[in-house]
Amino acid sequence: MNAINRDTRRASRALAPLAFGILSLFALPARAAPPLTYMIGDGPKAYPVVSLTWGLLIISLIVITIMTVLVCLGAVHRRSPRGDLSIEAVPLLHGGAGLRWVGFGVVITGIVLFGSLIWTMAVLARVSNPPAGKSPLTIEITGQQWWWKARYLSADPSKVLTTADEFHIPVGQPVRVKLIGADVIHNFWVPALTGKMQAIPGKINETWLEASKPGRYRGQCTEYCGWQHAHMAFFVVADPPDVFQAWLTKQLEPAAPASAQDQHGQQLFQQHCGLCHTVRGTLAGGTVAPDLTHVMSRETLAAGTLPNTPGNLVGWVANPQSIKPGNNMPDLFLSGPDLTDITTYLRTLK
Amino acid sequence: MFRLRVLGQLLRASGAIRIAAVAASTFWLAGCGPVAGASVPGGDSAHGAKLIGHLGCGACHIIPGISQAEGLVGPPLDHFGRRMIIAGLLPNTPENLEAWLENPQAIVPGNAMPNMELKKDEARDIATYLYTLR
Ligand code: HEC
Ligand code: HEC
Ligand SMILES: [Cu+2]
Repeated sequence: MNAINRDTRRASRALAPLAFGILSLFALPARAAPPLTYMIGDGPKAYPVVSLTWGLLIISLIVITIMTVLVCLGAVHRRSPRGDLSIEAVPLLHGGAGLRWVGFGVVITGIVLFGSLIWTMAVLARVSNPPAGKSPLTIEITGQQWWWKARYLSADPSKVLTTADEFHIPVGQPVRVKLIGADVIHNFWVPALTGKMQAIPGKINETWLEASKPGRYRGQCTEYCGWQHAHMAFFVVADPPDVFQAWLTKQLEPAAPASAQDQHGQQLFQQHCGLCHTVRGTLAGGTVAPDLTHVMSRETLAAGTLPNTPGNLVGWVANPQSIKPGNNMPDLFLSGPDLTDITTYLRTLK
Repeated sequence: MFRLRVLGQLLRASGAIRIAAVAASTFWLAGCGPVAGASVPGGDSAHGAKLIGHLGCGACHIIPGISQAEGLVGPPLDHFGRRMIIAGLLPNTPENLEAWLENPQAIVPGNAMPNMELKKDEARDIATYLYTLR
């Protein structure tokens, strides 16, 4: 008896670090959330999924704990008197008491797994479509090597907004997202708001998302799509509805006319950059690169590659290929004065 | 209590002597000939390094000790503490470096380095960091 007690105590001491490890897992959300965590979500699409994720995790941890304890007990617990190692002492061969336990195990496991299955299917059904009754905003998002183009659709063609890499949405309203792949397959993922959905060339996939509090949610391409796949991030920025409307109105405006000293910069921009980039209200009308009409309203450049600071902006225009090698903006070999004029002009595009 | 105060005064006095000695030797060395990149008084090099990262100097320069500073637009800034001339024009003294960082366009109009609207103390901290690159 004493020996058993000692053994159990020893076993429980061995289990303590394991228990501590499991508990510290639960403490994770208390710290600042990592930008791509899916263990903390926001909005009616994310909440059920996050609860499910935690639920299944906790169930698994409980199962692991019970199994570990049973295995450890089995290892230290002596069934037969010391010294009696004859094969007749193994109970499976006598009366089948062990088989009954196998039966118990299968039934309990079956119940838990079936419960998890029902829960999973209920959650999937709940998040598959935006809540009925609201007529959501629709954004068409095109993934391409290696940035994201967005078009805010509207029945009124003058209200269709084209922008890139930072998508504002109104808080508390579901937003439909139509996904297109322009070149190869990409994958749209905003872990805090919505699960992954592929952007496939020649096909439109639909998903939706909704944020219930204002914030800046990071998204990422999660289908390997070539050299700069890792630099193909984007941001969903959830604003209160009035702030969102103000943003949309501002973004729909063309660029303000260039001041006298920016005229030369604007001309150079049209000449060197206008075949790829659009600045609405000027002759620059290219559609194969991000719309720069309000580029200074974005917090990052080149799909989350650089914070949008004056240094990074000028540096990007001067050597995009050493910052994001292989991307579709070529090094343009501008002279210092031309670079300065063009980027001084760019910095007025608020 | 009294003894403590005396001790404090002694310590303070010895600190002052040490500072005076360092200052004197710096002036003496400076008088001896060009000491490129003497350190900048009062600058915080760790804050300077942080600013360099935030501002995006690395988009144009290779800068040792700054992550992802691999730009190929301006000259690499390694050994900056031992370089003689800034932008091929100004002697490499703390005042000139700070002036360059605050407004490169005023010194070489039209050069590729933008005016990043640095404040005086920011330029000083950055200069302090650059002078640690020896
Ligand atoms: C051959 C087409 C092409 C030309 C010419 C071109 N760009 Fe780009 N530019 C691109 C592409 C493609 C991207 C997106 C790169 C990425 O993120 O992968 C881009 C990105 C940018 C960005 C970042 C935009 C954002 O929202 O993140 C800026 C700023 C920019 N270009 C400025 C310029 C300027 C200024 C010029 C002219 C001096 C120019 N570009 C010429 C194709 C071009
Ligand atoms: C858009 C590109 C660009 C950015 C951003 C940039 N620089 Fe420069 N920098 C240059 C160029 C080009 C030169 C060379 C200028 C010349 O010689 O006229 C230069 C020169 C310098 C020099 C003088 C180097 C020498 O050996 O002559 C220093 C020091 C310097 N930069 C520091 C910085 C710091 C610090 C930052 C960030 C706050 C920064 N630069 C941001 C392009 C840039
Ligand atoms: Cu990708």
